[in-house]
Parts: sequence; C-alpha cells; structure tokens
Amino acid sequence: MSTPEAEVIKPPTPAGPMIRTLMGIAMLSGFLVVLTYQLTKPMIEENQRRAIEAAVFQVIPGAVARKDFVINETGIVAVTPENPAKGLLVYAGYDSEGQLKGIAAKAAAQGYADMIYLLYGYDPVCQCIRGIKVLKLAETPGLGDKIITDPNFVANVDALETRLADDGKTLANEIVTVKHGTKQHPWEIDAISGATISSKAVGKALNQSAQHLLPGLAPHLKKMMEERFIKIEVEVTND
Amino acid sequence: MAKKENSTITWDTFSEGLWRNNPVFVMLLGMCPVLAVTNSAINALAMGLATTFVLLASGTLISLLRHSIPKQVRIATYIVIIATFVTIVDYTIQAISLDLYNALGAFIQLIVVNCMILGRAEAYASRNRPLKAVVNALGMGIGFTFALLCLGVVREILGAGSLFGFDLFGPRFEPWVVMVLPAGGFLVLGAWLLLFEWLKQRKERTELEPAAETR
Repeated sequence: MSTPEAEVIKPPTPAGPMIRTLMGIAMLSGFLVVLTYQLTKPMIEENQRRAIEAAVFQVIPGAVARKDFVINETGIVAVTPENPAKGLLVYAGYDSEGQLKGIAAKAAAQGYADMIYLLYGYDPVCQCIRGIKVLKLAETPGLGDKIITDPNFVANVDALETRLADDGKTLANEIVTVKHGTKQHPWEIDAISGATISSKAVGKALNQSAQHLLPGLAPHLKKMMEERFIKIEVEVTND
Repeated sequence: MAKKENSTITWDTFSEGLWRNNPVFVMLLGMCPVLAVTNSAINALAMGLATTFVLLASGTLISLLRHSIPKQVRIATYIVIIATFVTIVDYTIQAISLDLYNALGAFIQLIVVNCMILGRAEAYASRNRPLKAVVNALGMGIGFTFALLCLGVVREILGAGSLFGFDLFGPRFEPWVVMVLPAGGFLVLGAWLLLFEWLKQRKERTELEPAAETR
C-alpha cells in the first residue's frame, strides 16, 4: 500500500507547512459552511414555518390562519417579529372568517425509546382536545409509531375532554391512558395493545401540558375570541 | 486496495466500487448508516446520495491538494474537509425537506465518521489525479447507494408492505415488522452477503474449471 523505504530518506516536514495547511483548510471549511448556512437559511426557515403551520392546521380543524402568542406573567402577548416575547408559546388558529377555532400547543413526554413531542389543538368551545400531531418520535416502527397511524387511537383525541374544574386551577378530570378496550369516559385515552408505553406517554404529555396551559389560558380566551375576530376581518377586507 | 499507480482511467476505476470492491458487500465499510437508515427505500436512497456527494466532493478536494498536504496532518485535514461537506449536505437536506431530515436523524452528521469516505481519501484520492479520483468516488458512491437500496427496498417491502411510500399489498397485508427494526437490518444484510458470496464463489468455480480441464 505505502512505500516506507522512500519515506525514510525524506527530511522531516517543518512545522510551517503543517500549520499553513491546517489553517488554510480550516478557513476554507469555515467559508464553505457559513456560505451554505447563509444560502439555505431562508429555505430552512420557510420549511419550518410551513411545517408548524401544517401541524397547527391539522390539529385545529377548520383553521386557515395562524397567529403566535406567548403566555407569561403579564398575561397573553401576541408574538410578532418586532416583539419576540418570552413565555409559553401557543399558536392560535382562525378560520376563513377570522373566528378563533382553537389553540395549539406543544407537549412532550418520555416514550419507549426517547421523548415524544406532540402538538395538540384545544377547542375552547367544546373544552376539549381536537387533534394531535406527533412532531418527533423515535418509537419502534410498527409498534410505538401506531400512535400516529392507528385510526382507533387517533379517534381518542377527536374530542378528548379537558374541562376545567370549578376552581379553574386544574382540569376537572385528569387525562389518563387506560388499558386497551376499557375506555369509558371522554377524558380517557384507549391505549394501543402492544404500544402501551407510547400510548401512556401521549396521555401523560397531554395531561401535563393541559394542566399547565389551560388554567392560565382560560381567563384570556373570551377576549382572544372577540379581539381576533375583528382584526382578521379588517385584514381580509384590506386584501 | 488500489494497486494502480498509472494515471489511465479504465472501466475498472469506475466499476471497482460497483462490484469488485463494493463498499458494503465486499469491504463491509460504513455499516452504521447501512443498518440504521435502510428501514425504507427513500431513506436509503437519500443517505446513499448524501454519502456519494460527500465522497465526490471530498475526493476531488483531497486529490487536488494531495501534493500540499503534509503527511503528518493528513488525517486531520481529511476529516475537516469531509466534515465541511457533510455540514453542507446537512443544511441542504434541511432546505429540501424537513421530513427527510428528521427521518435520517443523526446519521447525516455521522457521515463524517463513515470509514468508507476516510478510507477512500487515504487509499485513493490522496494518490491519484482529481479526474481519476472523481471517477472512482462516483463508482464507490453508486455502489454504496446501490447496496443501501438493496437493503432498503427489501426491508420496506417486507416490513411495511410498501415501496418508496406506495402501498404494495393493500390493507390485508400484515407487515413483517422485524424487518424495519434493527434486527431486520442484520438479517437482510446477512442474506445479501450470502447471495453475493455465493455468486462470487460460483464465478470462481466456473473460471477454474476450464483451466483444470486444459491441464
């Protein structure tokens, strides 16, 4: 493969060329990476925006427009490029008439292989979860990923009850995942047999997130529904 | 591996990677992505193409710089060059499709440590003219992609009942789930290796027999 005899006679390489080579390569590398980053950045951002939008519209049936809000100590604040407020990010979905159709938020819980990340849509009218979309999962194909494909499991979240308790601080009934075939209440999730851990993770993620989000959201919902209705209508007529 | 010091480009320069020294089925290099991302044909194809691009680009650059890279720092230099092109591929796939990017996961970044690429840089690109290195890298890349597709197609058909996402057998087919799991990767790889070894031995036998008769 190599010719060691020829190399023995060669004088040792001075440090200069080595440093020059490494520096030159590092600079070239840096240039190429930054160039690619700059060129692809708008496309990647557009892809991410579209992915979020598609997910939001999927979990909020009837939504065609979206607006981002954050919930923090000061209440609920609209996020705009000029005002990147910090806090719990939620996406509000509106129908073509500008009516608030629902709120989408992220949820996560430990699944079988890794964390499962979800987006779910909350419908303030029925006080229930209308749909979920799995954003990221590493579950076993054919078993754990049935939480996306199994129609019976997906039907669990067609109208998963998330009514608040009378004190408005917690959910009236915790969202729980129950053994396959034993679902009795609208706040229960019927597990997939063979994918119990993944099913439970979905229930846990939704429960945790809903318990955290909905009590804080409830006082603002009425205002949000009225406000956005007018604003979107103005935008529509402007168009 | 590469014995040729002359600079002529022959069919073998290109076809070495396709068949005689196929990186997966003969050299058994780069097994990590081979087993990990071949659970569907589209993932296999994307991974193959990404690796081919890195192989081509890094091979070209290393071949161009082969006289100015001191021997002592060559590995460091090769790795930086390879990592650069992998990062470019990483961003490009994100720009093309986020779904594909998520499906391939960490394995795009792991192309950096694909020993086939570093092996080709060390054993071929650093000793040959750029054009020859490119031709060889293209053959290797196509051979790698072909091998990945061999696994991906079989695993997707058996494990999901579909090919490139199109349903083949309808709803009554019960997918052979183990095929898309890690164990299926080993099973299918083993089956392909068996087939290729059998073909190779049969070829050797047929080549030997006439020679024995004439003696």
